[in-house]
Amino acid sequence: MAMKIGEKPFFDRVDDALDDTFMRQSMADAQDGLRGKKIAATEGDEAIGDWEEWRNAGEEIRRHTLENLDYYLEQLSDNVAKRGGHVFFAETAEEANAYIQQVAQEKNAKNATKAKSMVTEEIGLNEALSDVGCQVHETDLAEYILQAEEDDRPSHIVVPSLHKNKSQIRDTLTEKAGYTGTDQPEELTAFARSQLRDVFMNADIGITGCNFGVAESGSVSLVTNEGNANMVTSYPETQISVMGMERLVPTWEELDVMVNLLSRSAVGQKITTYVTNVTPEVGSASVDGPKDFHLVIVDGGRSKALGTEFQSALHCIRCAACVNVCPVYRHVGGHAYGSIYQGPIGAVLSPILGGYEEYGELPYASSLCAACTEACPVKIPLHEQLIRHREIYVEEGYADKSEQAAMTAFGIGASTPSLFKIATKGVPTFAKPLVQDGSISNGLGPMKLWTKIREFPAPGHDNFRKWFKEHTKGGSRHE
Amino acid sequence: MKVSLFATCLGELFYQEAAKDMVEVLERLGCEIDFPRGQICCGQPAYNSGYRKDAQKAAKQMIATFESSDYIVTPSGSCAGMFKEYPRLFRDDAIWQERAQNVADKTYEFTQFIVNVLGVEELGAVYHAKATYHTSCHMMRLLKETGSPFKLLNNVEGLELLPLENSYDCCGFGGTFAVKMVPISEQMVDEKVRHVEETGADVLITADGGCLMNIKGRIDREGKPIAVKHIAQILNSRS
Repeated sequence: MAMKIGEKPFFDRVDDALDDTFMRQSMADAQDGLRGKKIAATEGDEAIGDWEEWRNAGEEIRRHTLENLDYYLEQLSDNVAKRGGHVFFAETAEEANAYIQQVAQEKNAKNATKAKSMVTEEIGLNEALSDVGCQVHETDLAEYILQAEEDDRPSHIVVPSLHKNKSQIRDTLTEKAGYTGTDQPEELTAFARSQLRDVFMNADIGITGCNFGVAESGSVSLVTNEGNANMVTSYPETQISVMGMERLVPTWEELDVMVNLLSRSAVGQKITTYVTNVTPEVGSASVDGPKDFHLVIVDGGRSKALGTEFQSALHCIRCAACVNVCPVYRHVGGHAYGSIYQGPIGAVLSPILGGYEEYGELPYASSLCAACTEACPVKIPLHEQLIRHREIYVEEGYADKSEQAAMTAFGIGASTPSLFKIATKGVPTFAKPLVQDGSISNGLGPMKLWTKIREFPAPGHDNFRKWFKEHTKGGSRHE
Repeated sequence: MKVSLFATCLGELFYQEAAKDMVEVLERLGCEIDFPRGQICCGQPAYNSGYRKDAQKAAKQMIATFESSDYIVTPSGSCAGMFKEYPRLFRDDAIWQERAQNVADKTYEFTQFIVNVLGVEELGAVYHAKATYHTSCHMMRLLKETGSPFKLLNNVEGLELLPLENSYDCCGFGGTFAVKMVPISEQMVDEKVRHVEETGADVLITADGGCLMNIKGRIDREGKPIAVKHIAQILNSRS
C-alpha cells in the first residue's frame, strides 16, 4: 500500500481509467464546478484585494520557511516538548510506523480514530497499526467510504473518493457496513455519522495529519469541513499527529495567510467549516485535550529535494489547485498516476519521494500546458519541474534508446542550416507517396504514432525561402 | 522598422501560406522584413522531452542567427515562448545566458508585435465566416499574451467570432506528448474538437502551428467540416 497504488504498468492504468466513463465525467464535472468557485473566492473576491499579492506572500512565506527549515523544526519541537508533548523525527516511513506502533502497544490500544491525512496514506500507517492489533478507523467521510470498500485508495488529495458516485457508495455501504437506505447523499452521510459516533467515543488513540505546524507555539493546525478532526482530537487521551517535515509555518500570522490560500484554492471556500488548532497542554489539569501527545515528523525522501531545483516542490500545501485544472488528470483521474499524489504535483513529488524506477513516467503525463503553474497558490513552477524530471530521467539513462538517437539527430539537424535546407527541399518529394487528399493518414517511423489518431500535414510544395527571396526582389505576392 | 522573421520549422515545412501572409501583413504596416537564413527550429521538441544538451544546440543556432536583429517576430506563441525560455536553458553558462537574454528580450509573437509594439489593432482585413479562436497554452501562460489576437480579430470585417467553451484547456498537443501519450492526447483533442463543433463555427483560428497541426489533424481524420486556419491567414484576407 503506502504511496503506490496498484501493480499495473502505467499505460494499463491509463487504459483502465479511460474506459471508466463515469469516473471521467465526475472528474470533468468537478473541475468545471470548482473553477468558478475558486475564481469567486480568489481573483473574484474584492474583499481580499489582489489575489496575486496573496500568492506572492504565500510563496515568500513558504520559501522563507524552507530556507530556514532546521530552525523552525527545532523551534516547533522545542515548543511541543515544553508543553509536555513528544516529538519523533522519522527519516523513513518504516521509522515513523515503528514509533507509532510502539506508542499503540504501550497504550494497549485496540482502536484508533483518524482524521484525513495524506502523509499517513504515504507511510501506510493503517496497515502498520493493524499489524500490532490496533484498528484504524477513518473518520473523514470520503476516507470512511474508501476504507469500507477495503482495497480502494484516494484519487484526489482533497476529495479522496471523487471517483465514486452515490450509487456506488450506497452499494459499498450496503455490502460492507449493513446500510439499508437509499443513495441520497444526506441519508448516506447520516448513516456514516451514526456509525462513527460510537467509534469516536471508544477510540484509544486519535490520529491526525498536519496541515500546518505552528513553530512559535508548538501547535498543529487542521483544516477540515466535517469537524471530524475535532472529534478525533478531543475524545482519546492519546493523540498522534503525523506531519510531513516541510509542513509548518513560523507564526500564527503566517498561518492566517496559508489557511486563506489553502481553503480558497482547494475548494473555493473563504474559510473551511473548521480550522482545528491543537496545542498540547499535557499535565495541565485546567484544559481539555490529550493527556499524551506525539508529533511524528516524517522526512520520507523530502530532504532529497532540499538544496535542489525541486526544493520549491516542498512549498506545496496540498490544496490540489493544480490537480483541479490539469487536462490530463481530467481524463485519466487519480488512480492512473499509480501514486496517492496525483496530477501535476503528484508527477513532481512522486519521483522525488519514490524514485524514477517506480514513478519516472509520471512527469511525461503532462502536455506542459502550465495550467498547474498558473493555479498554484504558492507559485511552484510545476511545469518547469516536470521538464527538470525529464532531464534527469534522460541523464540517468532511463529513456528509450531510439528516442535518445532521434534527439541526438534532432540536435544536429537543428544546428546545421545546410541539413535543414536539404530537408525543406527533400521532404515534400520524399513524403509524396504517403500523401492522399492533402494529408498523410498512415505515417512511417515516429510519424506512425501521430497518424494513429490524426492526419499528418502534407509538406508544402512551395519552398518558403525561395518565395521570400523572389518576393523581396519585388516579385510575387501570394494569394 | 526592421523585423526579422522567424518562420519556425512547422511554418517552413507545412504552413508556408501562414508565413507568407504574415510577411505581407507586416509589410503593409511598414515593416522591413528580413529572413535570417541560419534559422531552423527553436529546439522545443528536445527541450520539452528532457534532452537539454540537444536543445542547447538548436538554441545556440537560433541565438547566433537572431542576436543582431532589432525585432524577432514569429507566427507561433509557443516558439516565441521557447525563445523566452533560452536564458533558463543556459542557466549554467553565463556567456550564453546573456546572449540568450538579448534574443529573448526582442522576441514577439506575431499578433503581440502588431498590437503592443506597432500599436495597431485595425488591419483592414475582410473574412466572411463564423469562427472561433483556440487560445494556445504557451502563448497564454508563458508569453502571458491573451488580448492581442482578439483585438485584431474583432476588427475583421465579416468575421463572427464565437466564444469557445473551456478555451483554457490544452488541446493535447504538447510536442512529443502527442506521440508519447497518444491515448490521453486523443481524449484531450477530442474534447477540444467537441467544444469547437458546439460553437457552430465553420473555421477554427489559432496562432500556433503545433496546436493547429494537432487539432486540424484530428478534425480531418474525423471528417468534420471545419476549416483550421492560422490567424495570419485571416488577418491578410481581403475578401
